[in-house]
Amino acid sequence: MSTVTVFVPKDAAAISVGADDVAAALSQEAQNRGIDINLVRNGSRGLLWLEPLVEVDTPTGRVAFGPVATSDIASLFDAGFLRGGDHNLGYGLTEEIPYLANQERLTFARCGVADPLDLLAYEALGGLVGLKKALELESSAIVEEVTLSGLRGRGGAGFPAGIKWETVRKKAAEQKYICCNADEGDSGTFADRMLIEGDPFVLLEGMLIAGRAVGADTGYIYIRSEYPHAIRTLTDAISRFEQAGFLGENILGSGQDFNIHIRVGAGAYICGEESSMLESLEGKRGQVRAKPPIPATSGLFGKPTVVNNVLTLATVPYVLANGGKSYSEYGQSKSLGTQPFQLAGDIARGGLVEKAFGITLRELVEDFGGGTRSGRPVRTAQVGGPLGAYIPQSAFDVHMDYESLSGSGAMLGHGGVVVFNDSVDMARQARFAMEFCEIESCGKCTPCRIGSVRGKETLDKIIAGANLEKNLAVLDDLCVLMTDASLCAMGGLTPMPVTSALKHFPEDFGSARQAAE
Amino acid sequence: MQELDDKKMVFKVCQDHGNRPADLVQILHEVQAHKGFLSDEVLREIASCLNLSRAEVHGVVSFYHDFRRVPAGKTVVKICLAEACQAVGCDELKEHATQTLSVGLGETSSGGAVSLQHVYCLGNCALGPAVMINGNLYGRVTPEKLDALVSEAES
Repeated sequence: MSTVTVFVPKDAAAISVGADDVAAALSQEAQNRGIDINLVRNGSRGLLWLEPLVEVDTPTGRVAFGPVATSDIASLFDAGFLRGGDHNLGYGLTEEIPYLANQERLTFARCGVADPLDLLAYEALGGLVGLKKALELESSAIVEEVTLSGLRGRGGAGFPAGIKWETVRKKAAEQKYICCNADEGDSGTFADRMLIEGDPFVLLEGMLIAGRAVGADTGYIYIRSEYPHAIRTLTDAISRFEQAGFLGENILGSGQDFNIHIRVGAGAYICGEESSMLESLEGKRGQVRAKPPIPATSGLFGKPTVVNNVLTLATVPYVLANGGKSYSEYGQSKSLGTQPFQLAGDIARGGLVEKAFGITLRELVEDFGGGTRSGRPVRTAQVGGPLGAYIPQSAFDVHMDYESLSGSGAMLGHGGVVVFNDSVDMARQARFAMEFCEIESCGKCTPCRIGSVRGKETLDKIIAGANLEKNLAVLDDLCVLMTDASLCAMGGLTPMPVTSALKHFPEDFGSARQAAE
Repeated sequence: MQELDDKKMVFKVCQDHGNRPADLVQILHEVQAHKGFLSDEVLREIASCLNLSRAEVHGVVSFYHDFRRVPAGKTVVKICLAEACQAVGCDELKEHATQTLSVGLGETSSGGAVSLQHVYCLGNCALGPAVMINGNLYGRVTPEKLDALVSEAES
């Protein structure tokens, strides 16, 4: 038998459930049996409930086994898994697993397929095509493609990327910057991390294209300290790109210079807000800036700056390689393209699902997710991170796009979906939203800094059943005030989980609520 | 002697960053990685190298959750308490940890064996409850598994 290639992910989520041990045990067992295997540590395919997901390259395609524990290794060899043999952990061909086969992977097309730091594999799988195209185009033509694609900011705000880029491109300045926001702090989201660990070159390629488009020669990636694995992968990816001549001076003879620097956050959720991130990149307290001026005209060190999320920038190479029109054929209304949704919390099949905008929440939670992991009934899902709405199970037919969600009092955010079962106490979840804001507020504006503290105290009184009617009125007032008067989305959106919980689950807030209505 | 070593270390770290105030957050990370925490002395030295006031440096240090002014325990246990982990029982895990480790959240046990901290999101939201011990990430952590992981880390 010729040497068989076996894949074991080195994604942090896979490692968190034993992938490193599985990889070591596999090598050892192969050695003990005198079998030569080529062990590749790939990124994750995003089928996180199957991690550690071991794949074997067979003549008919890659065959998946999962979740594999070290105690399963001997039986896998006994079952002839290296030839794709039957085993009770076997899932057949990876590409045919419905969870993966039913996705539309554009941004994550390569994630989990190869060793994320193998530059040859990156090119073989279609990498660098977008960059090479961009280097042949005028800057305005690059921006036009991005505008045509309909790509909007995937960090949460959903601002059209092409318009942002055009503003920076047109601004005359000696120095401009590309800042990638990898401060993925929302609970229930891990797409940025997974992409950086599974296909980091695509992000670097996207930043290069952005630099070419707007006339910037320096990029920063602001990544959270909670992601040590991603920081390591990214650091290695940058040095490999540098060695290959894709970063530095006169890239591929185009005359374009570009360098990328990593900056590590320090555990402040607010630094995911773009202006706070810029302050932090300047070495300061991460306090938000008042707008205007917007970062596109006066951003990092006062220079015109493109601030985009990891997923936005990582989608750009696809747009350039395949054309903006091709990307815009996915999705619906003003939500064009695909969204990497992240299924989290109490969910049977948690992981990453990239689909065109418009899939319903029910399809995500029930068809892909398979309901709860605990087996209890689903009660609600919080969509869009800690500042997103709690959507009741009865309203899961909502379409997952920017317009439909905001039309129903919710928001897409960064695409996280956190599923809760029927044991959840919604008054406590509302209280947590206020407490989280209290802890993570930058403190610059009063509605957020003080409103969150008062909100938490008021919810404590409501939970204790004290003066329900009056306290609910105070809470309503606070929510209106925070929404209308906060400087940024932190204070401005903290009321969203609170009011959605109140609206859809009044029974959790005491009987006075029902009496008042 | 220790003070002299710290001074040299801070000087070198700052110099590697070109003594740029914009690199303050990164410098604090590196100095903390060397020393384990940020003492008054090293902060004074950083301020002097970067030509910042001590108040400015203090302002940055106190803003970010990662920076510590006192040494951490030998084993640092971070439990994720954000929504995705709440949905799968991180509150029970936290209760269990505070009891078995006899240490409160945000505290270090007497003798400095273990520090217990909370964190909002480790990006392992499909495989919660998530815990990070000495920089290593773990998923689907039950109380029993936590006990085993902590004793493994301590041994």
